[in-house]
Amino acid sequence: MSLLTIDNISVNYGRLTALRNASLTLAKGETFFVTGPNGAGKSTLLKAIAGVVAPKSGTIHFANTDIGGRTPEDIARLGFSMVPEGRHVFGSLTIEENLRLGVGMRDDKDAAERELETIYSVFPMLKDRRYQTAGVLSGGQQQMLVIGRALMANPQLIAIDEPSLGLAPKVIDDVYAVLLKLRDTRGLTLLIVEQSSTRATMTGGRMILLRGGEIVLEGDARELTKGDALKAAYFGYGEHH
Amino acid sequence: MTALLQILFDALSLGSLYALGAIGIALIFGVMRLVNFAHGDYISFCVFALLWPSIDAAAIVFAGQLPAYLLIPIILATGACLSMLSEILVFRRFRNANPATMMIASFALGFVIKYTLLMLFSSRPKSIDLWSELALPVEILDARIPLLQVITIIITVLILAALVAFLKRTRFGLEMRAAAENFTMARMLGVRANAVILLAFAISGMLAASIGLILVTQTGTVDIQMGSSVMLVAFIATVIGGLGSLPGAVVAGFLIGGISVLMQVILPLDVRPFRDAFVYGAVIVVLIWRPNGLFAPRSAKQRV
Repeated sequence: MSLLTIDNISVNYGRLTALRNASLTLAKGETFFVTGPNGAGKSTLLKAIAGVVAPKSGTIHFANTDIGGRTPEDIARLGFSMVPEGRHVFGSLTIEENLRLGVGMRDDKDAAERELETIYSVFPMLKDRRYQTAGVLSGGQQQMLVIGRALMANPQLIAIDEPSLGLAPKVIDDVYAVLLKLRDTRGLTLLIVEQSSTRATMTGGRMILLRGGEIVLEGDARELTKGDALKAAYFGYGEHH
Repeated sequence: MTALLQILFDALSLGSLYALGAIGIALIFGVMRLVNFAHGDYISFCVFALLWPSIDAAAIVFAGQLPAYLLIPIILATGACLSMLSEILVFRRFRNANPATMMIASFALGFVIKYTLLMLFSSRPKSIDLWSELALPVEILDARIPLLQVITIIITVLILAALVAFLKRTRFGLEMRAAAENFTMARMLGVRANAVILLAFAISGMLAASIGLILVTQTGTVDIQMGSSVMLVAFIATVIGGLGSLPGAVVAGFLIGGISVLMQVILPLDVRPFRDAFVYGAVIVVLIWRPNGLFAPRSAKQRV
C-alpha cells in the first residue's frame, strides 16, 4: 500500500512551467531522494504536496486521501511534515515554542510532552537553549530546530528540502543518523531533496532526477550512480547524442 | 508638581486610547498584512449600538440603559461580531489579493458602515449620558484628576496584560504569533489559518468596542466621525511602532498621546491651534530617523 501517490502533476508559475507531468509513488518506511540542478522543480514538487502551490493538473493522494485542493494545514494534519528550504524558524519565538508549534495537530498532549523529550534527547543543544529566541541560533542549529519541529508532529512522512545546505559534514551525518533511526524504529517515510546525489548514494533508497521540471531518471540510488547515466542526465548530455 | 501630575494623567489616558486602537490595527496587520481602515468605523458602530435607530436630534437610548455588567459584554460582542463578519464577508475573499487591494476594500467597507449609520441615525452628533458620574475628579497627591482618566488607564493596562497573557500563555496565542511572523510556515505546521485570523478579528473588534465605550463616557456624545480621528492617530502609531509589532504599537500610541499633551502645554497660546502640525512634524522626524518604525519586526516583508 503506497503512502504517497503523485499522478501526472504539472505546476505553472504564470507562464513558466516549473513541473511537468511528474508521477511518483512512495511506500511507507521508504527513503526517497529527489535530486537535480537548481531550478529543476525539486522545491516545487514538495510545495505541491504540502498544498502551498496548486498543481495545474494531476492528482496527489496521501494517506488514502485525495489532497488536491486541500489547505496546507489539512495536509499537515494528515501526517505530512514539511521542512521547506531556507530554514523557516520563528525567530521571535523561543526554541521550545517553535517545537511546541509542531504538535498543534495532536490532541494527545501527554504524547506531545514525551515527543518534546525525545527531540531534546536527539538534539541536546536545543534543550540547553530552550528558552532563548530561535533567531539567535546559527544556521546549523536552526536546521536542527526545523527538523526537530517537523518531527514533533510524529508524522508519517517528512519532506526535507536540502537538509545539507550550509551544514558542516559532521552535522549532516548527525541529521541523517536521526532520520534513518526514526525510519527504522517508527516506519517514518523520508522524502529528501538534495542537489547532489552523494547522500543518496551513501544512504541508499530510491531516487529520481529532475531537470527542467521533468523526471528524467528514476531508480535505485546506488544503481543509478554507478555509471555515467546520472551525470549525463544531470547535465543534459543525452540531448546531444 | 500637581500640574505635572495632571499632564501625566492627560498624556496616559490619551495615549491609552491610541495604544488600544494601534494594537487593534497591528493585530490584523500581523496575521493578514491588511491595514484595516474600517477599524475606526467599528468604533463608531459600537458607539451607536448604545442607541435605538432614529434620525431625531435627541438620542433614544437603547442598550445604553442597561447596567454595566450587561452593557459592556454586549458592546464588546457587537464589536467582535462586526469585525468577524467583515472578515468572513469581505476580507476572506481578498486573502490572496495584493495588500493594496485589501486596503482599498477596507476603505470601502468603512464607507458602507459609516453610511449605514448615517441612514439610521442622521449625521448630527447626539448627546448621551453614559456613566457621567465618572467625570467627577478624584484627588491624587493634591491634583484633581477625573476618575474616568484613572479608570481608562487602569482598563488599558488590564486589557494589555490580558492580551500579553493570551499571546504568551495559550496555544492560540502561540499560533497567532507564529502566523504573524510566517503565515505559510505556520500553516504547514497545522495552524488553522481561518481560525487564527477570525480570532484576531474578534479581538480587534473588542478593542474597537472598548475605545468606543471610553470615548462616549469621556465626551457624552455619539458621533459618526468619532472613530475616525482616533483611528487616524492609531494608524500612525502602528507605522511609527513598526507595522506588525504589537509592543511597538503600544509604545508609539503612548508616545503620540504624550507628545500631543506636551505640545498643548508648552506651545505658546497663539500656536496651540496648530498643535497637530507639530505632532505630525515629530512623526515625520521619527520616520526619517527610522523609516521602518521604532520596533520593525524581522518579518515585515511582504507575504508570498
